[in-house]
Amino acid sequence: MRISRLVAAAAVAAMFSAGAAYAKTVKVGIVLPYTGGGADFAKQIEKGMKLYLSQNKDKLGGHEVELVTRDSKRPGGDIAKVAVQELITREKVDILGGFVYSPNAMSVAPLVTEAKVPMVIMNAGTSFIPAMSPYYARVSFTMWQSGYHMGKYAAEKLGYKTAMAGFTNYPPGKDSAAAFKRGFEDAGGKVQELIPMGGPREVPDFTPFFQKVKDAKPNALYMFVPAGSHASAVVKTYNDLGMRGAGIALIGPGDITQDTKLQGMGDGAQGLVTVHHYSADYDTPENKAFVKAWKAAYGADSTPDFMGVQGYDGMAAIVDVINKLNGEIDADKAMDILKGWKFASPRGPIMIDPQTRDIVQNEYVHKVTKQGDRLMIEVVATIPQVKDPCKELKVGKCK
Amino acid sequence: MTVAEAAATALATRHRVRPLEALPWVLAVAAFFALPEYLAVGTQILILVLFALSLDLVLGYAGIVTLGHAAFFGTGAYAVGLLSAHLDWHEPITGLIVAAAAAALVGLVSGWVLLRTHGLTLLMLTMATMTLLHELANEQENLTGGFDGLPVEIDPVLGLLRFSPLTYSGQYLYALGLLFLMFLVVRRVVYSPFGHSLTGIRENILRMHAVGAPVRQRLVTVYTISAAIAGVAGGLFAQVNAYITLDVLSLERAATALIVLILGGHGRLYGAFVGAALYMILEDELAKEFPEFWQFGLGLVLVLIALFAREGLTGLFAQAAERFRKRARS
Amino acid sequence: MESIDIPSIVLGGLAYGMLLFIVSVGLSVTMGLMGFVNLAHGAFAMIGGYVVVTLMGGLGANFFLALLAAFVLVALVSVVFERLLYAPLYRADELSQVLLTIGLVFMMIATVTFFWGTEPKTIRLPSYLAGPMDLGFTSFPAYRIFMIGVGAAMIVALWLGFERTTIGAQIRAAVDNRRMAQSLGINVDRLFTMTFALGSGLAAMGGGLGIEIIGLNPQYALNYLVFFLIVVAVGGLGSIRGTFLAALVIGMFDFAGKRLYPEAGAFFIYAITIAVLLWRPQGLFGRR
Repeated sequence: MRISRLVAAAAVAAMFSAGAAYAKTVKVGIVLPYTGGGADFAKQIEKGMKLYLSQNKDKLGGHEVELVTRDSKRPGGDIAKVAVQELITREKVDILGGFVYSPNAMSVAPLVTEAKVPMVIMNAGTSFIPAMSPYYARVSFTMWQSGYHMGKYAAEKLGYKTAMAGFTNYPPGKDSAAAFKRGFEDAGGKVQELIPMGGPREVPDFTPFFQKVKDAKPNALYMFVPAGSHASAVVKTYNDLGMRGAGIALIGPGDITQDTKLQGMGDGAQGLVTVHHYSADYDTPENKAFVKAWKAAYGADSTPDFMGVQGYDGMAAIVDVINKLNGEIDADKAMDILKGWKFASPRGPIMIDPQTRDIVQNEYVHKVTKQGDRLMIEVVATIPQVKDPCKELKVGKCK
Repeated sequence: MTVAEAAATALATRHRVRPLEALPWVLAVAAFFALPEYLAVGTQILILVLFALSLDLVLGYAGIVTLGHAAFFGTGAYAVGLLSAHLDWHEPITGLIVAAAAAALVGLVSGWVLLRTHGLTLLMLTMATMTLLHELANEQENLTGGFDGLPVEIDPVLGLLRFSPLTYSGQYLYALGLLFLMFLVVRRVVYSPFGHSLTGIRENILRMHAVGAPVRQRLVTVYTISAAIAGVAGGLFAQVNAYITLDVLSLERAATALIVLILGGHGRLYGAFVGAALYMILEDELAKEFPEFWQFGLGLVLVLIALFAREGLTGLFAQAAERFRKRARS
Repeated sequence: MESIDIPSIVLGGLAYGMLLFIVSVGLSVTMGLMGFVNLAHGAFAMIGGYVVVTLMGGLGANFFLALLAAFVLVALVSVVFERLLYAPLYRADELSQVLLTIGLVFMMIATVTFFWGTEPKTIRLPSYLAGPMDLGFTSFPAYRIFMIGVGAAMIVALWLGFERTTIGAQIRAAVDNRRMAQSLGINVDRLFTMTFALGSGLAAMGGGLGIEIIGLNPQYALNYLVFFLIVVAVGGLGSIRGTFLAALVIGMFDFAGKRLYPEAGAFFIYAITIAVLLWRPQGLFGRR
């Protein structure tokens, strides 16, 4: 009795002497599609978040972080909305994070605005999302960042004159293809046709579409498909139809050469050129340390991909907010910290644009090469500090 | 009392309101006061009840097995969404009337064409029709917002009830009121002579043809009524969630209503209530504890119900009550 | 005017149709012949796919041996399922069967996620099956030519098995009139178990053969269910020949539609389904 009181007194004294307030537990609500088609992405993001947390306990200023996870299941919006409502009203979370599907991030905007909870978006890439709530900040990407610069690079540096673009027929696909067309044509090329290639849930048989492209013989085929099993099907069909031999180059955003799928694509992936914001093969000290820690935590067979690094960076932003506010989360102050927030990410230097609250990051031109019996991503060019071209060029809804 | 007399009494009195029927409504109102933090999920349950109830009308009473009922849910949802987004029409009640009318029209036309088939063929045809609507909504992205979705704005209900995205209390009351109204309609239909003739069609379609009942016309009629109610459920969904996506026309949504109804027991009016509440609460709680593996627990419950309670949960209650009554009598 | 390579459209459609046949034929057996609404078909196919991936990836097994192993393993496991779960519901209404098999799908999705994770899996084919093959008049993916051969071999083997063997005759008899078959001394229970095992084994093989083209992840069981059902319904319940023909017709139309009018998306496949089923509600070769 006496001893415990003594201990308590000592602890309180220690805390005051250290100048810290009482250690707080900051609740972070995480909404990710743990089941369904996006489960693979959810897993990557979660691993990234937890890796950062385990490495950076000291940056929490003595406070604790509690992750309250919810399954957003499908891209429909309603499930995520109920989950967020519950996280805010019942769990009383201080910060929100996650969000793989764009419609989920969009549907919760009025809720987040009304409740004033800062939200760090770790994937959902439709361009205008951050404008939907003043409490949104995005650490992932927009489809335009990779698509537009792939287009420019293909026309300027690779010297292609004609191209066709194929895409999975939903908004990210349409965005990506439109961005490519704009970039390619801004640099003097000509996109002959944009071909929708079925919905995200159809049987991914690309043969009929690729035959159409093969018959039209453009210099290049730009392909966007959602990361996952469709990507392997694209590369395989490209090879099976002998399109390389027909003089048609396959290019695209990095989604089609996702790190976790690359080895499964076989040798046919060699020589592909893509533009993206991350690959596990980047030869920088930050990235090497990140990949090493990842493999130590999750096994040698596990590889981080761009989703993983988005989770890692998102958690870095959240931890920084907690640290700077000393555990007392106020939404407006949190947003002031997030605006202009900078971080030395494994993907290179990143920043949250203070005006748009959207990510500013390097885009890298990737080339797939073979080293030993392993396929590797080699960086052949870097486009530094890219803002979202959709907003810069004021296209469509991005004004 | 002879068996015939007993049967006659049962038939003559079965439309009467039994005390037990008040239970779901009492529970729903009690939940409003007792569980204010659960009203968002509560509202979704009420909408699922209404949707499953509309399905019960065709599946449970008329024996029409369909996997495309989200066609009407989605039509209703998009009716409300398009009115709000493109015509500045934010009045909720008239919005729902338009939703019901639009869905009824789709039900009438598709029912007229499809209801000459049955079984697996009908299942596939209804599903394919729904998927075509889904494709159409995806194609018309400029109107519908496509995969990314469409924000929906509505005015306060009757100028009084304002919806807060945070508390969902207004939404819950609105949904509960509408569910009650629609339930009265369904109950009325089911216990009408028209409803009895539907059951006759379900039980023995040949005999109904033989006695000269206009079988197909009745099936199309009930299909249209059911579509209208599903349309109301969809419109309600759009209004309370203030956001819709292509998901309102998805196979998942149609299948969920079907699962919920079989789980609760079809052809029993209250099966939709029991099934929807159990399914959503189970899914919600399991998903909170095991975000990655909750489907296992949910699947297990479905398997057990299929094996041991073929009439669904309400069927199980009814059997137990029957046994209890027999024992009391002997 | 762009040139259109007609032979490659025909070949492509044929290969796509064969793929649909190969992944759906198991359902044609369990649902078509046996009359059980087996929505878990995709789940058995998925398990077969994971068996193939595991054997080839971890143990470096030969592709064909892995397929055979998937067939045998899943067929054996399905016997347990059939006895414990399916048999009690043979005479129940379709809705109970729907509930049971959807429940099984959910459970298997979670189980697969637990053991194999959420990442999509791929396999490395023997080199002679990868890449293009020169046919003289056109070049065409080797694996798709292989699929055409496999599909043709499967339909011939199944046709011979059902039409030309005693056991096939017994199965047809038991499906047509269970009681009569029983009174003739046929052990119907055992026959149904064997037929179910055959259907599940075929599903597993289809799962393994399909990985190269349609991929494999825990969502497989639900994602492609609609396509399996469409093929069997259009073909007509109870007719494997019907399933074969339906797969080819749907495959051809869908392929040609996508090649010529890609904007139309999935319209073709559903429009054909509706058209055929309105024209012949019992399916192309259905008996009821």
